[in-house]
Amino acid sequence: MTAQTSQSPWTTFRTWFSRPSVAGVVILAYLLIVIGALLSLNRADLLFPLYSTLVFPPFVLSPLVILASPLDNRIKVTLILVLVVIAMPLIGIYDSSYLELTIQICIFAGLALGLNIVVGFAGLLDLGYIAFFAVGAYSWAMFTSSAETVFFVSGIIVPGWAFYIFIFVGVVLAALVGVLLGLPVLRLRGDYLAIVTLGFGEMIRVLARNADQPINFTNGSQGLLNVGTPPMPQFWVDFIGSIASTLGIRIAGNLEPLAQQMLFYFIGIVILGVIIVAARRLDNSAIGRAWTAIREDEVAAIAMGVPLVKMKLLAFATGAAFAGAIGVLYAAKQSFVSPESFSLIQSISILAMVIVGGMGGIRGVILGAIIVTLLNLQVLKNLSLQLNALRNIDFIVPLINFHIRDWPTQLEPAKYERLVFGLLLVLMMLFRPAGLLPEPRRKLELDVKKRAETPVITSSETGD
Amino acid sequence: MMLLEVKNLVKSFGGIRAVRDVSISIPEGSISSIIGPNGAGKTTFFNLLTGIYKPDAGSVEFNGRSLIGLRPDQVNAAGMSRTFQSIRLFSNMTVLENVMVGMHSRLDVSVLKTLLRTGGFNRQEEHVRNYARELLHFVGLTGKGDELGRNLPYGDQRRVEIARALASDPKLILLDEPTAGMNPQESNEATVLFRRVRDERKVTVVLIEHDMRVVMGISEHISVLDYGEKIAEGSPKAIRENTRVIQAYLGRRAAGAEVNSGSPA
Repeated sequence: MTAQTSQSPWTTFRTWFSRPSVAGVVILAYLLIVIGALLSLNRADLLFPLYSTLVFPPFVLSPLVILASPLDNRIKVTLILVLVVIAMPLIGIYDSSYLELTIQICIFAGLALGLNIVVGFAGLLDLGYIAFFAVGAYSWAMFTSSAETVFFVSGIIVPGWAFYIFIFVGVVLAALVGVLLGLPVLRLRGDYLAIVTLGFGEMIRVLARNADQPINFTNGSQGLLNVGTPPMPQFWVDFIGSIASTLGIRIAGNLEPLAQQMLFYFIGIVILGVIIVAARRLDNSAIGRAWTAIREDEVAAIAMGVPLVKMKLLAFATGAAFAGAIGVLYAAKQSFVSPESFSLIQSISILAMVIVGGMGGIRGVILGAIIVTLLNLQVLKNLSLQLNALRNIDFIVPLINFHIRDWPTQLEPAKYERLVFGLLLVLMMLFRPAGLLPEPRRKLELDVKKRAETPVITSSETGD
Repeated sequence: MMLLEVKNLVKSFGGIRAVRDVSISIPEGSISSIIGPNGAGKTTFFNLLTGIYKPDAGSVEFNGRSLIGLRPDQVNAAGMSRTFQSIRLFSNMTVLENVMVGMHSRLDVSVLKTLLRTGGFNRQEEHVRNYARELLHFVGLTGKGDELGRNLPYGDQRRVEIARALASDPKLILLDEPTAGMNPQESNEATVLFRRVRDERKVTVVLIEHDMRVVMGISEHISVLDYGEKIAEGSPKAIRENTRVIQAYLGRRAAGAEVNSGSPA
C-alpha cells in the first residue's frame, strides 16, 4: 500500500511531463533557475561551498534531463548545444573551477564509455583498464616533457601543435596494446579474466615507474613535468578576454590560464562527443549485437557464426582506443604525468562509474561518470571546505549548542571519500543492481511500424 | 546425393569413449533423426559436427568439404547451423536481435563502415532487420520481435532458436531435442514446423529426439546411438522392429519378452 501511495504522485508527474509543451516549460524553467543560481553565487559568501555543491550537479546533469524529456529531437540537440557551447563557457569565465570540474567529467565519462565497451557490451571484466589511459598519457608526455628523458636529451621533442596528431597516435598505440593484452586472455572468462587484466594494469604502472633505467624513458616515479600543451592562438585569448569584459567580469590575474582551460574544455567536449557517437554506432550494429551475444552466451554466439576471437579483440581495442585519446588530453591538461595517476583504484573508480550508471547503456554510463566524478572532486571536498569555513568563524549550531570548532579534523567528509564511495556501491547493488539507468533494449519492430505509419517523417536516427 | 558424410568419428573424454567409430550419411533434402537412450552420445555427436569439440579421429565431409578443424563460427558460415538441447537464447536481447545475431556470418562487418554509417551499412542493416522479421513470421512469431527472449513461453523460445539458426541460410540444421518439454499439441505443431523448414526453406533437417511419436512421424531415416556406438539405422519401420534398438531402450529381458523374436536372452 505504501508503495502505491508514494508512486502515484510520481506517475501523475510522468504523464503530465510526457506532454511536450509541459516538458518544454518545465525544462526551460529548470535551466533558467539552475544557471541563474550558479551565476548569482558569491565566493565571499559564508555558505558558498554548500550552495555550489547544491547547484552545480543539477546543472551538469541538465543534458541528461533534456534527453529524458519527450521533446522533439531537434529541440533537444539545440538545447544541449546551447548548454555546451554557450552556457558552460560563460559559467566557466565566471568561475573557472567549474570549467575544471567539467573537463574532469569529460575525461572520466570518456574513460567510462570506453570501459563500457569491454565490460558493458562484451561482458569482459577488465580491472586493468587504466593501463590504456596510461599508454595515451605517456605517449604524449614522453615526447614533450622537459624532464631528463632520453627523448629530451637527444632533442626528440615534438611541438605543441602535434597534440592534435598525438590524439590519433594515442588511439592507435592504446588499441595495439589492447590487442596485445587481448591475445593472451582470450580463453579466460569472468574472475580469471579480471585477475589477469588487474595484473596487466599493475604491470604497465610498474613499467612506467621503472623505465628510467638504464635508459630514461619515463623518468620513473618522479614523473614527467612540463608536458606540452596545444598552442593557444592570441585571438583565442583576446576572444575570451573580450567576452569577459563585455559581461563585466573581472578576471583576477592573467587571462591565459583561463583561455587555456577553455581550450581544453572544448577539446574535451569534442573528444567526448566523438566517443559518444562512436559508441552508439558500434552498439547499434552487427558488431554491437555480436558483443552482446558474447556477453549473454559465448557458446551460442560462436555457434551462430560470431567469431569470438575477432570480436573480443575488437572490443578490447575499441575500449583501449577511447582511453588512449583521453590519455593524451589528460597528460596535456595536467601538464604532469606520473605512475601514481594510474593506480588500481582508478581502474576501480571507472568500473564503479559504469556500474552505478548502468552497464551497457550510454546515457547511464555518462550519468555514472558525472555522479562519481562530482562525488570525488566536488561534493565531499566542498563539504569539508564548508566545515572549515564555519570553524573559522566559530559557528555554533543552534539548539544543540555545538561548536563546529570542536568537530575533529579526522572526521572531515573529504577524508571519507572511499567510505562514501563503497557505501554507494553497496547500496546500488542492493537496490538497483542494474544501475541507475539500465541499458534499454532497442525496439526495432515498433520503430519500423512507426515509420510505416508516418512515412512523411524520415528519421535518420534509429532510436536507442 | 549426400550432404553430410561422417566417417568413423571418435571422441573420448578421459576414459569415457563418448562417440565410438560412428559413421552416418545424411542425404540432401531429407529429414533424419538420431535417437538413443540418455548418455548415448547424441549431443556430443552434434558438438563434434559443429566444431564445439574436436574429434579424436574420423572425418566429416559437408557439402563437399571437410569440417575437421574448423571453429564453430566457421562451421556456421559453411552452412551448418544448430539449436541447443537446453535453450540458449541471448536472454537480454530482444527476439528480433537474437535472430539478427544469427545472420552474423552472412554480413560484411566493418568497423569503418559502422562508424561512418555508409549507405552500404544502412542498406545491410535494413536487410538484416527485414529478413529477421521474415524468419520470425515463418516460425509463427509475427509481432513478437520486441519481446525479450527470456519473457517468451517455452515453446516460443524453441521457435526463436529455430529462426535464429535459419538466419545464416544454412543447408543443414541440427535440432537438439527441439520438442523436449512440450505437450502433445505443441510437439505436433513443432513437427509441422520442421517439415516446413525442409519443404519451404529447402534446409536439410537432422533431429535428436526422444519423443518417439515425433521421430516416427517425421523421419525418413533414423540412426540409433547407444553407448557412443551406432547400433542401427534405417527407416522408421525397420528401427521399430530392430531387436538391438529395443534392447537398448528397454533392456535385454524386457526386449526378449516383448518382441518374441527368438534372440538369445
